[in-house]
Amino acid sequence: MEINGVPIDQTYAEAFTMYASRVLITAINLRWALEAARSMAGFGTSVIGCGCEVGIEGAEPEETPDDRPGVSVLLFAPSKKAVQEQLIKRIGQSVMTSPTSACYNDLEAEDRLSVGGKLRFFGDGFQISKRLEPPIIGNGSRPRRFWRIPVMDGEFVVEDRFGVQKGVAGGNFLLLGKDLPGTLQAAERAVEAMRQVKGVIMPFPGGIVRSGSKVGSRYKFLSASTNTAFCPSLRRQAQSELPEGVGAVLEVVIDGLTPEAVAEATRVGVRAACGPGIVKISAGNYGGKLGKHQFHLHQLLSS
Amino acid sequence: MPPVILRVKEAPTGVPLEAESISPDLFADRSREEIEALPVAFGNESRRLGDFFQVEGERSDQIEVDGSIPRVKWVGSGMTRGRVVIHGDVGMHVGAYMRGGEIIVEGNAADFLGVEMEAGLIRVRGNAGHRVGAAYRGSKFGMRGGIILIEGDVGHEVGAYMRRGLVVIKGNAEDFLGARMAAGTICLFGQAGLRTGGGMQKGMIVCMHPVELLPTFLYDCSYSPTFLRILFKGLRHLGVQVTPEQASGLYRRYHGDLAEIGKGEILIPA
Repeated sequence: MEINGVPIDQTYAEAFTMYASRVLITAINLRWALEAARSMAGFGTSVIGCGCEVGIEGAEPEETPDDRPGVSVLLFAPSKKAVQEQLIKRIGQSVMTSPTSACYNDLEAEDRLSVGGKLRFFGDGFQISKRLEPPIIGNGSRPRRFWRIPVMDGEFVVEDRFGVQKGVAGGNFLLLGKDLPGTLQAAERAVEAMRQVKGVIMPFPGGIVRSGSKVGSRYKFLSASTNTAFCPSLRRQAQSELPEGVGAVLEVVIDGLTPEAVAEATRVGVRAACGPGIVKISAGNYGGKLGKHQFHLHQLLSS
Repeated sequence: MPPVILRVKEAPTGVPLEAESISPDLFADRSREEIEALPVAFGNESRRLGDFFQVEGERSDQIEVDGSIPRVKWVGSGMTRGRVVIHGDVGMHVGAYMRGGEIIVEGNAADFLGVEMEAGLIRVRGNAGHRVGAAYRGSKFGMRGGIILIEGDVGHEVGAYMRRGLVVIKGNAEDFLGARMAAGTICLFGQAGLRTGGGMQKGMIVCMHPVELLPTFLYDCSYSPTFLRILFKGLRHLGVQVTPEQASGLYRRYHGDLAEIGKGEILIPA
């Protein structure tokens, strides 16, 4: 299979089930909503080292509970408990601290985690609970409880509970390019297109990762190490999967609320990436032994 | 599901009719004959609902009362689902102890509307009487949830002792609005009477016009509470017109009543 003259490897991306939440951050203007969101998403690239994967959803929220500009953040972690811990830490340290911010649940799910209900104690007894019921409040038929925590610029409003559901983490594709500038441009094109897909994040810096990893290492204390098969500089020293003419490889990692969202993002991203300077598109997997989800490139791109 | 329509045959004028049986929960599984046979209290007499109303339709949790029934009490009390529409005025205790569903009064409602309700929505197009959403004498708490929306004026002690829920009044309120309220929210778009929030412990009263407060309320600051944006956006869903200035404007915050624990707040546009 070829797209725009770029061959697509007959392989698949292997992805895992993780638990996911969606947080909606609002503020006095988009700049400050983004400041809070960027801070919350900071150091949230890989669950291996960060405890969770966090990113700003590209598609802007259609409306927000307080009618102010808002930004949507997706957070993925290995368990519900880990999601709760990360939400409490990150909302507490990055959103509550950000001027004019407010923070709402943006995921209707059966399971809900107490987050605002924990952060409220920062109010030192002066916090106020407000419960709004349908039909006055949207978001399904459940009542929503908000905590008003007094802070130095007024009040920080945070929702009591945040929905959590199973999501998909680790969807990916690899861009094998002739040189680094061209490969980076192609990856940027891909990420820009993928940001229009709702329900996905690309958690690495700018949505792109250059230090793809393999499972295990020669050092006993390390569970993951550099993906030698895709390092151009190791082409002659380790078993390589790089064809001749490949000078740089970049990876786009995708986490999504549903397998369908990850599949759509992969499809959109690969199509946008294929162009001059790209030698081949491939994907990372572990032989199907580790992840529950498989995204076959040919199958996705032929649909 | 077509509604059951009750047409007034013999409207009580002197002695009130106590009609707890006008409830979607009781109509939902009953035939027309069974609905007509439901008991109502007329003074010290036990009578049939069919003695006072001509019943059309059956087995529905949608009820429409065609005409004013200002001497009929307890309509929709304790209901948990469905909808009751009264095309006219209605008597006391409508929606008391209500736990779900919706009541729409196209005319005026008398006293004790939605008293001690727990959930659901009551909407009154006209005026309502005293103690809307409040507690009955001797009860610890008033309404514990739900929404009451009055498009006209209300009487005394509205929201007294309320524990949770929302009361919205588009018109004016008489004295003791939110007196001794324990929590919940009251939003008054008209003018308030005397002693607003007297004895309140917690909860929020928003008064969109200046109000003379008790000396046991202290001014804190002028700010734009984010929560009001959420609340007012929700009110728009109920058809209450709230301007962007009202939603995002500055409010003077007072806390009180300091004769109690003083954790209530009254917000007035700055």
